[in-house]
Amino acid sequence: MNAPLALDTQGSMSLRDSRFTVPGMRCAGCISKIERGLEKLEGVDAARVNFSAKRVAVRHHERLGEDDLIEAIAAIGFEAQPVADNPMARDDHESAALMRALAVAGFGMMNIMLLSVSVWSGAEGATRDLFHWLSAMIALPVVAYAGRPFFASAAMALRHRRTNMDVPISIGVLLATGLSLYETIAGTGHAYFDSAVMLLFFLLAGRALDATMRNRTRAGIGALLSRMGRSAMVLDESGAHRTVAAEDLERGMLMIVAAGEALAADGVIEEGETTLDNAMLTGESAPQTARVGDTVYAGAINLGNAVRVRVTEAASDTALAGIARLMDEAGQSRSHYVRIADRASRLYAPAVHSLALLAFAGWMIAGAGWYQSLVIAIAVLIITCPCAMGLAVPAAQVVASGALARNGLLVKDGSALERLAEIDTALFDKTGTLTVGEPVPELDHFTDRQAAIALALARTSRHPLSKSITRALEGRGVQPVDLSEVQETVGNGVSAVFGGIAVALSRPDTGGFRIATGLRIGDEVTNIAFDDPVRHDAQVTLDELAAAGIESTVVSGDRAGPVSAVAGDLGLEWKAELHPDAKLAHIEKLKSAGYHPLMVGDGINDGPALAAAHASIAPGSASDVSQQAADAVFLGRSLRPVVLAVRVARRTMRIVRQNFTFAIVYNVFAVPLALAGLVTPLIAAVAMSLSSLVVVGNSLRLARAAQ
Amino acid sequence: MSGLAFLIPIALGLGMLGLTAFFWAMKRGQFEDLDGAAQRILIDEEDEDER
Repeated sequence: MNAPLALDTQGSMSLRDSRFTVPGMRCAGCISKIERGLEKLEGVDAARVNFSAKRVAVRHHERLGEDDLIEAIAAIGFEAQPVADNPMARDDHESAALMRALAVAGFGMMNIMLLSVSVWSGAEGATRDLFHWLSAMIALPVVAYAGRPFFASAAMALRHRRTNMDVPISIGVLLATGLSLYETIAGTGHAYFDSAVMLLFFLLAGRALDATMRNRTRAGIGALLSRMGRSAMVLDESGAHRTVAAEDLERGMLMIVAAGEALAADGVIEEGETTLDNAMLTGESAPQTARVGDTVYAGAINLGNAVRVRVTEAASDTALAGIARLMDEAGQSRSHYVRIADRASRLYAPAVHSLALLAFAGWMIAGAGWYQSLVIAIAVLIITCPCAMGLAVPAAQVVASGALARNGLLVKDGSALERLAEIDTALFDKTGTLTVGEPVPELDHFTDRQAAIALALARTSRHPLSKSITRALEGRGVQPVDLSEVQETVGNGVSAVFGGIAVALSRPDTGGFRIATGLRIGDEVTNIAFDDPVRHDAQVTLDELAAAGIESTVVSGDRAGPVSAVAGDLGLEWKAELHPDAKLAHIEKLKSAGYHPLMVGDGINDGPALAAAHASIAPGSASDVSQQAADAVFLGRSLRPVVLAVRVARRTMRIVRQNFTFAIVYNVFAVPLALAGLVTPLIAAVAMSLSSLVVVGNSLRLARAAQ
Repeated sequence: MSGLAFLIPIALGLGMLGLTAFFWAMKRGQFEDLDGAAQRILIDEEDEDER
């Protein structure tokens, strides 16, 4: 828990802070296990878990390296990855600033309202002037502080000769404050500080909700990221090992790639023979054998033996980095997407400005005098940018993304929800998307005795295939037997003795293109074949998508055989052997034909397509780049979140449109009153609160949308 | 009306107190880990088997 800071006799100079993401923690027990386990470690001063971000911050002695701490966390039973310098610090900062502004505006609003209510209920003369002066003293600093997000954004827009929602807001707030100040000094008896501050408060509430949604999702996705090898073990000429970060690798270095590790650079195998999983890069599900002299690419995962690889291309020259560049370019088109709130404000802002101007001119011509004309123009400005407009979109999107998050889908921002709602055709990658993406053993032919021995052997090894056997057998409730003389030889498997008989899990004698392993008990060998099964609810999901009018196609980098088998089972159209740029071209073709394609994929090879598609979703097991390129990430083994996402996004947009309709209807009634000069501050305040409540209440209906 | 001389400063003071408390809490990171705070209450403070 809150560990007392241990008195460090060496001086605090040698203490360091490290942060790790631990995606596996799910309960209170995990928090205490990790914190207590780490604090027991020699050299660890304090450990503090942040459960929301799935992170642990460790204050430790300098001699304790990151690797030692990762090992310690692994010994406690969790997988950990080091976190680079807080990449989300800027977003956190932005949302913290919004929260502070909201708090200040709330404080100001409540106190000014208190004073305003007294004025409305009939405070006269000196008391009224005193109250107005007090309101002014509260309102001026509050508007200056809480209005900054709007003023900054409006100034930015004006500097680029554009107008956005923040321009009428800023003008309205500043004019209302300025005029109220003038009236207070002149002692004429009208002040609109309450309207100005209340407007700021409700608009800030909308902004803060929006920022909270983005942060929550980013924390969730941040916890999933960086599962891939970001560093490599490099062998010096002197024979010493050291860990080098992927970006510091240089041509000519010799990497040692252990089983289960991802390659951090392109290279040529110099020693050893292994099987590589290239699924991330090519989409091909069957592992490929790589021998001395073969070229291997960054991102591939070593399934077999440890190999030595001479680096040929590193850092930004790898095939992987080339795909990343393609993605960057493909992502450009999406930044042109205009969000619905901005689309509305493009029509709305000029209309509001001209209405206010017309009101001013009209009353001037009617001979009302410049002062009264100005008051009416301000009333029009304030009443036409009601809080309902500001809340219409974020309120609905925050509720919807919360509902989706509870169902295992993290949506990155509101714009993603808007684009998901417009989807009319879907493209699926095969490996890791329609399929689970990890080898699952076929163990139906095993006897209970064989299963028990296989589990006992498999759970001693960290090899990916052993791990999946362990998972499958433990899932069936098999009890392992007791083994003696357990030995694991790299590349050959695990062997042990059970009741005087030699038993082993090792490579099968029969070669072949499928992954397999053999269970040897005495002289009898049973083969275990591995399969990458289709997700259990893929068919249901695709049917529901079709019912929603969305046609699905399989686009894969894998060979035609396996692709047609999967697509045939699911009754889908398919395209096979597509390179990353071919997938991208396919998306572009659909887009130019007027479609709004949804891309669902996990591999790095899907990255450009994910970035270019109108909307995209990646599974939680996807590569870092794909998760970053996608609009949403779904967790777990079910494919259903994909159809949920589309359905909820469509409902959200329906609610948003209702909210807008409401805001417009409200304006249709309020604007004539304001133009006629009949709106008092009281009416404006009541109408504003009421319209905000209606919009928020309407949006809350989305909470049950994902069921 | 002389009551106002007390009541208004009290009202403003209470509001400022709340605002200061909120700013302090944000600065101290009280809102950093809301889910964690909900879970931590379930942790047994000092269980013997772990000592």
